[in-house]
Amino acid sequence: MTSLVLVEIENGAVKQASRSAVTAARAFGEVDVLVVGPGADAAARVEGVRKVLHADLPPLAETIAALIADRAPDYSHLLAAATAFGKNVLPRLAGLLDVQPITEVVDILDAETFVRPIYAGNALSTVRSRDAKKVLTVRGANFLPAASEGGAAGIEEVSAAVEVPDVEFVGVELTKSDRPELESARVVISGGRGLKDAANFKLLEPIADRLGAAIGASRAAVDSGFAPNEMQVGQTGKIVAPDLYIAVGLSGAIQHLAGMKDSKTIVAINSDPEAPIFGVADYGLVGDLFEILPQLRTQLGG
Amino acid sequence: MKILVPVKRVVDYNVKPRVKADGSGVETQGVKMSMNPFDEIAVEEAVRLKEKGVASEIVVVSIGVTDAQAILRTAMAMGADRAVLVQTDAALEPLGVAKLLQAVVDRENPGLVVMGKQAIDDDMNATGQILAARLNWPQGTFANTVTVADGRIEVKREVDGGLETVRLALPAVVTTDLRLNEPRYATMPNIMKARKKPLETIAADTLGVDFAPRLETIRVVEPPVRKAGVKVGDVAELIEKLRDEAKVI
Repeated sequence: MTSLVLVEIENGAVKQASRSAVTAARAFGEVDVLVVGPGADAAARVEGVRKVLHADLPPLAETIAALIADRAPDYSHLLAAATAFGKNVLPRLAGLLDVQPITEVVDILDAETFVRPIYAGNALSTVRSRDAKKVLTVRGANFLPAASEGGAAGIEEVSAAVEVPDVEFVGVELTKSDRPELESARVVISGGRGLKDAANFKLLEPIADRLGAAIGASRAAVDSGFAPNEMQVGQTGKIVAPDLYIAVGLSGAIQHLAGMKDSKTIVAINSDPEAPIFGVADYGLVGDLFEILPQLRTQLGG
Repeated sequence: MKILVPVKRVVDYNVKPRVKADGSGVETQGVKMSMNPFDEIAVEEAVRLKEKGVASEIVVVSIGVTDAQAILRTAMAMGADRAVLVQTDAALEPLGVAKLLQAVVDRENPGLVVMGKQAIDDDMNATGQILAARLNWPQGTFANTVTVADGRIEVKREVDGGLETVRLALPAVVTTDLRLNEPRYATMPNIMKARKKPLETIAADTLGVDFAPRLETIRVVEPPVRKAGVKVGDVAELIEKLRDEAKVI
């Protein structure tokens, strides 16, 4: 069996979540990857990749899904990381192939049996697919990423001779940040509504700097305009599983817990001793975050 | 332009789900059910497009058990004009739902389908994309802002690094993200009015669609429970624990 993984390139390198998808795909045998746009050379160096398919196309689901559907006869499994990009493209591909996609896979039991969370991570469902081809998105946090160096795959140019709907890619506005990417950071510090306004979110920055951490936010904080939406951790935002997750001034609603409860160590800082976040925290500190954060900054040194 | 809005009846987002003892699924008997929150946003957006004069009629559709009529009434109280229930007691998954929705699209010929990006029960995030594929329509998923002009719809999408904009020819499928809008509450007079709006029921079996599930659920279990942690007295103790006990800093 051979799999095809749709990988994403970021700043000239293969995104960590995509390299985790390569690892997941190796459970099924040989692995080819598809790169759309620049970065095929970086994908060719990823360990465990047999062949890189490269297509010079805009990042549109309509075109990419059609292109993969065209190549699908060569593959038993078609995968991508469960990122915004993967979630946009793979179900469309499944629709073209008449397959029920299996999204947010956290464990692979065999070539047709998969585990995925449901109900905001409050249950784990094991499903067996009856489809001839499997279309999967996988959670990066649950698979060790394949090494970005060590591979020497050949690159094959591909194009799709398919008719796709009329869509125009207008552009993208990225939020600039020097911090580590939220989904791959070893330490994440997240703020909730307890921070009271956007300016106070800056109180997290010196601590993030000292710990080399990415900054996250609860949905409440994002909805209140304290932080941009791409910082949101939760069922409807990003799923993270860092070594250390520090939750500051957030209650721990189930929608938030769904995005972080697989973190190795969880710290909660909250003035309400009854906040549900203390139910999952390894270390809890009850108190006023406006007093605790400056102390934390000072005592961490740096 | 007619807008079709698919809505799903799910366990209310405030309810802590309980896994059934036999591992067959999550308990839904006697549990509060509501409209999927992302679908409320879809209904709201359709109503706003009608208020702007872009849409002429809003049809809401749900697929599933007879009790789903309640959420169709809610959608009509928010401003939808009429409702269709595709009735079935069978188990459903996104591919089957998309096929049934396609049959409804074929009957209704909407100019736009607006639906939630994911249901908070199966967390699949797939039905809109599958429907768009099957119709060979463009898709604007995870919509943060939508603007309709000159026979096209511009969708600002929530992507990992920020926001991305695509312009789609109509008809198209748009799936809603949380920040697209804040859904209105249905007022009592509107709830009363919604009782008189038309609600058509179609038996799913009469649509000539194979919607049998492709996935077999082997078991559903509770996720591993984290062991109880400790409360620390102050920042110094916290740092000491993280450094010496957890060894994460």
